[in-house]
Amino acid sequence: MAAETPDLMFPVPEFSDHPIPTATIPEVQGEMGPVLDVAILFAALCLASYFTLVSRSRRNVLLLTIASLLWFGFWRQGCVCPIGATQNVALAVFDPTYVVPLAVVAFFILPLVFTLFFGRTFCASVCPLGAMQELIAVRSVAVPRWLDHSLGLVAYIYLGAALIFAATRTGFIICRYDPFIAFFRLGGNTDMLIFGSCILMIGVFVGRPYCRYLCPYGAILRVLSCFSKWRLSIPPGTCINCQLCEDACPYGAIHPPTVAQTPGARRRGKRQFGFALIASPFLVAGFWWLGTTLAVPLAQWHPESRLAEQMRLEELGIAETTTDASDAFRGSPRSVDELYQSALTRRNDFVTLGGLLGAWTGLVIGFKLIYLSVRRRREDYQADRAGCVSCGRCYWYCPVEKVRLGLISDVSEALPAGRTPTGPLVQLTAGGKKP
Amino acid sequence: MSDEKQTDRRGFLADGARVVGVVSAGVLGGYLAGQRGQAEENRWQIDPDKCVGCGNCATHCVLDESAVKCVQCFDMCGFCNRCTGYYTLDGLDSRDTAAADLLCPTEAIIRTFVEGKAGQDFYEYTIDTDACIGCAMCVKGCALMNGSLYLQVMHDRCVNCNECAIAVACPSDAFVNVSADKPYRLKRVALGVMRQKAGKADTAAQKLLDQVHADE
Repeated sequence: MAAETPDLMFPVPEFSDHPIPTATIPEVQGEMGPVLDVAILFAALCLASYFTLVSRSRRNVLLLTIASLLWFGFWRQGCVCPIGATQNVALAVFDPTYVVPLAVVAFFILPLVFTLFFGRTFCASVCPLGAMQELIAVRSVAVPRWLDHSLGLVAYIYLGAALIFAATRTGFIICRYDPFIAFFRLGGNTDMLIFGSCILMIGVFVGRPYCRYLCPYGAILRVLSCFSKWRLSIPPGTCINCQLCEDACPYGAIHPPTVAQTPGARRRGKRQFGFALIASPFLVAGFWWLGTTLAVPLAQWHPESRLAEQMRLEELGIAETTTDASDAFRGSPRSVDELYQSALTRRNDFVTLGGLLGAWTGLVIGFKLIYLSVRRRREDYQADRAGCVSCGRCYWYCPVEKVRLGLISDVSEALPAGRTPTGPLVQLTAGGKKP
Repeated sequence: MSDEKQTDRRGFLADGARVVGVVSAGVLGGYLAGQRGQAEENRWQIDPDKCVGCGNCATHCVLDESAVKCVQCFDMCGFCNRCTGYYTLDGLDSRDTAAADLLCPTEAIIRTFVEGKAGQDFYEYTIDTDACIGCAMCVKGCALMNGSLYLQVMHDRCVNCNECAIAVACPSDAFVNVSADKPYRLKRVALGVMRQKAGKADTAAQKLLDQVHADE
């Protein structure tokens, strides 16, 4: 322990009877162990899966949703959440010097594993962001299919961008553009509040806009949910094709039964599939090239690249004033050349990373085209494997479910006037809708 | 029959995907856990040696009242009568306590007379943490002299955001992640003094050192 004597401009005086005090600083407060945090997440996931798949109780799902909103949202103040944890994990994988807390890893992995087995029960009633939107989806209108599919791609591109920004320590953009964190903390900057309010307002009319079109973690869960072992099924018995569930779903995640295809439509479908298959590699290549051209704007998300640019402008005498950052840099031991070198290296990295992001975008679009041109036969109303968030609204409205629960004795009691029950697909028009 | 076969195939594929998914999740978790070593949970903190007192801490925290506050390191303070962390440069000579002559916008610095010695008056400057907004006006002023005032993230207030909004806005990379059981920092020069002081069985200094993260 070397006794350093500080080189002070004015020495600390020695007083006759006043000892030099030591400032006190507060302990870390309001902390709960990470183990407890993860245990609560695990319990919530178990409950959510039980309520949606076994007890099939919309009421319980709703109660759990509210509880999660209060606990993970307002009490724990929404941090850390699995959505944001994606970035911590990405950074830890790509940058071994960053040490990610185990609780964060658990937050990232647990919902993924649950989704592989039970579908998106995390989205249903554990995620506080989902819960917020779930509770305000009261006047939902149907989003046209083409728009729904197109906007849905944004989440994947957002995920790609978030990963490369996190891996390069450029920033955690998912956290920066979190829609509701400002509400959870009852305060935040104006951008956050405006963004959050917009999502909330849109959310009244378009169910879960963040989950469907932006959430990067939701994008991962969508894919995993397609392979889930069990998932929410709408009628407990034979579907009577009453269409009530499709009307009840605010998220456009219920598909009507398909009708037999005419040979013409079948040929068209095959052509479409072939076209999508051929177009995909071109899409990947084209977007890869586009991505490489984005290296400069992408790199500028990194504060150090902006600093390097500012320093350069100041050196050339173009910038009229210095900034806090450039002043601070001049006071630091680093040399300008080192800064430029690091900014140039980063720019080169972002040529590769931008290309990867572009290729990923092309891949996602190509995959979507292929997916859309593959036809699946459905004999009754079914929840979309990827899009269903297991909210349970559909079976709440399902007449067959009501009969099972003993609420009504016959399905016809639950049907609105003018709508005829029974299954035969004959009653349906080509689009799957009733006339 | 062909339908059943198709269902079988699809079920098989889904099973395979699930196994792959669970295994890769396990591998990822295991890898990160192994890499983690002995590191603890993280907290945000300001490295006072890097802080330039730009004032972003007062305005960029997601909390209405910033979690960043000023701390006085008395062992670096000259107890000056003419304190550049307390007075504005105009107020230095008059030493008038009118608000216009004081640096602190919220009067969070309390000036108390300690002792007159060798024709000099010495004053102690303490921080009223509840009034402090972390604007760093005093930190910047004090930096002209001894630099005993410095900013710290207060962990009874900080909600430990995954990405700290002040860290994003910090112009000098002063925000660092430190472990949760030693979530504070000291200036490098203060560290030596504090260790000396703690060596003389000073419990307050020892307690402070216990809270301070120091990378050697």
